Amino acid sequence: MANGNDLLDTFYQECEDLLVAMDEGLRELSEGESDPETINAIFRAVHSIKGGAGAFDLTELVRFSHRFETLLDELRAGRMTAEEDLIEVLQFSGDHLGDLVTAARNGEESDTEATERNLGLINKFLGPEKSSDEEVEIEFEPVSFDFDLGLATGGAGRHAITFRPTRDVYQLGHEPFRILRELAELGTLEVTLDASEVPTLDDLDPEENYLSWSILLETESSDQAIQEVFEFVDGLCTLEIRPEGDAAEGAALDTTPFDLAAGSGVSAATTVEPVPAPVEVAAAPEAPVVSEPTGSEPAPPPAAAEAAQAADARDKQGKQKAKGSNASIRVDLERVDKLVNVVGELVIHQAMLFQALENMRLSSGSELATGLDELSQLSREIQESVMAIRAQQIKPLFQRMFRIVREAGAATGKKAVLETAGEMTEVDTAVIEKLADPLTHMIRNAVDHGLEAPDKRVQIGKAETGTIRLSAAHRSGRVAITIADDGAGINRPKVKSIAIEKGLIPADADLTDAEIDNLLFLPGFSTASEVSALSGRGVGMDVVKNAIQSLGGRVTISSRPNEGTSFLVSLPLTLAVLDGMVVEVAGHPMVIPITAIVETLKPPKQDFHGLDSSDWVLSVRGTYVPVVDVGAALGFRTAKDDPTNSVVIIIEDEESSRTALLVDGIQDQRQVVIKSLEENYGHIDGVAAATVFGDGRVALILDPSSLVEQISRVGDPSNGTRIAMEERHAATA
Amino acid sequence: MTIKVLAIDDSRTMRNMLNYALAGAGFEVTLAEDGQDGLEKLGNCDPDVVITDLNMPVMDGFGFIENVRGQSHWLGLPILILTTESAEELKAKARKMGATGWIVKPFDEEKLVAAIRRVAS
Repeated sequence: MANGNDLLDTFYQECEDLLVAMDEGLRELSEGESDPETINAIFRAVHSIKGGAGAFDLTELVRFSHRFETLLDELRAGRMTAEEDLIEVLQFSGDHLGDLVTAARNGEESDTEATERNLGLINKFLGPEKSSDEEVEIEFEPVSFDFDLGLATGGAGRHAITFRPTRDVYQLGHEPFRILRELAELGTLEVTLDASEVPTLDDLDPEENYLSWSILLETESSDQAIQEVFEFVDGLCTLEIRPEGDAAEGAALDTTPFDLAAGSGVSAATTVEPVPAPVEVAAAPEAPVVSEPTGSEPAPPPAAAEAAQAADARDKQGKQKAKGSNASIRVDLERVDKLVNVVGELVIHQAMLFQALENMRLSSGSELATGLDELSQLSREIQESVMAIRAQQIKPLFQRMFRIVREAGAATGKKAVLETAGEMTEVDTAVIEKLADPLTHMIRNAVDHGLEAPDKRVQIGKAETGTIRLSAAHRSGRVAITIADDGAGINRPKVKSIAIEKGLIPADADLTDAEIDNLLFLPGFSTASEVSALSGRGVGMDVVKNAIQSLGGRVTISSRPNEGTSFLVSLPLTLAVLDGMVVEVAGHPMVIPITAIVETLKPPKQDFHGLDSSDWVLSVRGTYVPVVDVGAALGFRTAKDDPTNSVVIIIEDEESSRTALLVDGIQDQRQVVIKSLEENYGHIDGVAAATVFGDGRVALILDPSSLVEQISRVGDPSNGTRIAMEERHAATA
Repeated sequence: MTIKVLAIDDSRTMRNMLNYALAGAGFEVTLAEDGQDGLEKLGNCDPDVVITDLNMPVMDGFGFIENVRGQSHWLGLPILILTTESAEELKAKARKMGATGWIVKPFDEEKLVAAIRRVAS
């Protein structure tokens, strides 16, 4: 059974979804989409947050969401139009609502000043909070029934009650008998039935009520308790409640709004307007008889209704597919992680079993071997299914970035819009979580450092508003996320001079453009000379790079003067397993991710072309590919003089550049469980993680792209610079 | 006899709380996410009482009531509205369409249960 905390958790989880929906709606609104359903969806999200917040007594959240909702309601009702200034206030309010939810969730003090400021903005449109609004708020007190009568005098004693329900009272789901029964629970009851209104059988409509009652109730209960019994029939009956023997009080009670005549125009309308449904009902065979006009015994549905239900069911199947997210459950991430780990162990043990049987030299056609094959296929399916559970669309993360761009733009006086693509790309939940901080920082940077000031942009013929493009896609078994701005590009002379100034590179260093760009990732490189409202936060790109590397990811940078800068973040799809090719390097087993491999070759000697004693390129079908000797690159041995006794594995990175890796031999291909080295050891260039084989051996999982990157750096003419940089890097690792 | 309740609300939080409160009171609870979903579940769960929110996607509470009251079979089914709204014109509209009662959110568990017992057969 759920407890209060579970309920609260659900509320916050739902808030997350609602905030995403709200943000999306607000964004569409800001892009000129003013279709009623968009506005309604925003309204509903805020409304639901308010409703839940009320249930949990989160007063500030209720107060703020109520005003926000009121503003949205004005827009929804068409009393306001979605002008730019209104949209801005809506966006601010949406952001603040998110902050309030976060504060409430973390049990923190909310920023009441910001609430007041934001309410002030809302009030500019709505006018000051009126007393009627205060009344509405009273309804969020956890006393919730809707009593129109405030007569709560303690009137124990005898009460004379006249109760005359309207004709249609049964059709609205009421049952006078139950009301009498409930009254009986309050005390002793004397009931007199008045059946004088019942017409002759010919004129009688079995769906209607013709009866009324006079009741003498002796009770200790208060007037209010008695009135509560009639709560729902208020307006559907003529009711008099009179304390017997107290004429004065009785007179006062006579005028209660329960009385049909004194009630609102509504009840009059109810009695006057014909209800069309009973006409059909009278003809229906299962219409209740007059002696038992309860409508409470549901008769079996006629065939037509059954058919309709069947059609409904079919419809529903189709719709559930369309809705998609409807048929989902929420699972604690911990449980999934446990499953992932257990499945990982399963895979390892299955590999061990396989190995043991192989050692027994069983024939491949034996029952045992076939069974084992099936087992391995099944465990693979389990693994894939588990991974699919962990996969999540990157959309919510991207959605958050709209706010970052807005805020960064406001803080730096720049005009910026965010464009996103590939929001549906699925990524491991853990990756998404850990990506939030670095991504936020990169987006901020793009606005702060990437884009030019609006007047400058106009001057050089660009659009006043800069564009930040954020996209995600699956590329060669990894997730590629691009953050691109259309700003000025990296100011390379400036970056270089800063690096020299800070002693990061020698003053006479001769660097390529790409190398200069990469200086941004050096620890200690912070563009402190251009401190702005945002960049003073003390997080450099080196922190971003480390965060991404700890996810098994890479970040690369490219920049063109006046066209902009783009960062490419490449991440593994999952942090748990990978398909790998097991190779041997200098007597050690190593794993190369299959996704990176294009082909394997054993090329003849004439295809290798030496650049110098240890540098080779390989000619593969007419193109030249740089050769990297893995054993030498990892420091196991010196470079080979003769590459022909090696096996060549051609790999391709996210940017589609190819490299030939030299290994000593290929052992097999298998799925391996990733065991992070970084938790216990630290990051090593060229190595992504480690794994354990079925026979208990530990093998390194190579990170081919970083291996290649490392080699190209070592083999670089500007070695001195590089080594200085490597040392810096090592010092922070 | 166990009272069967169909509770319709688009908010997961609210559905959870309703389920908690109502199942805790010994009712047999069926949950639906919007009016359309409620209509589809109506036949199967054959409720004694329906509690519905008003503002919901796909089909709102009014749409639900209109549809239910349009089917002769459900004419006497008690339908309680559970909403944050309290505007008189909405109440009037709901009553005119055939709502049985009106309860304002957030609800008090005991009172909600009492209200259901009051209208349920």
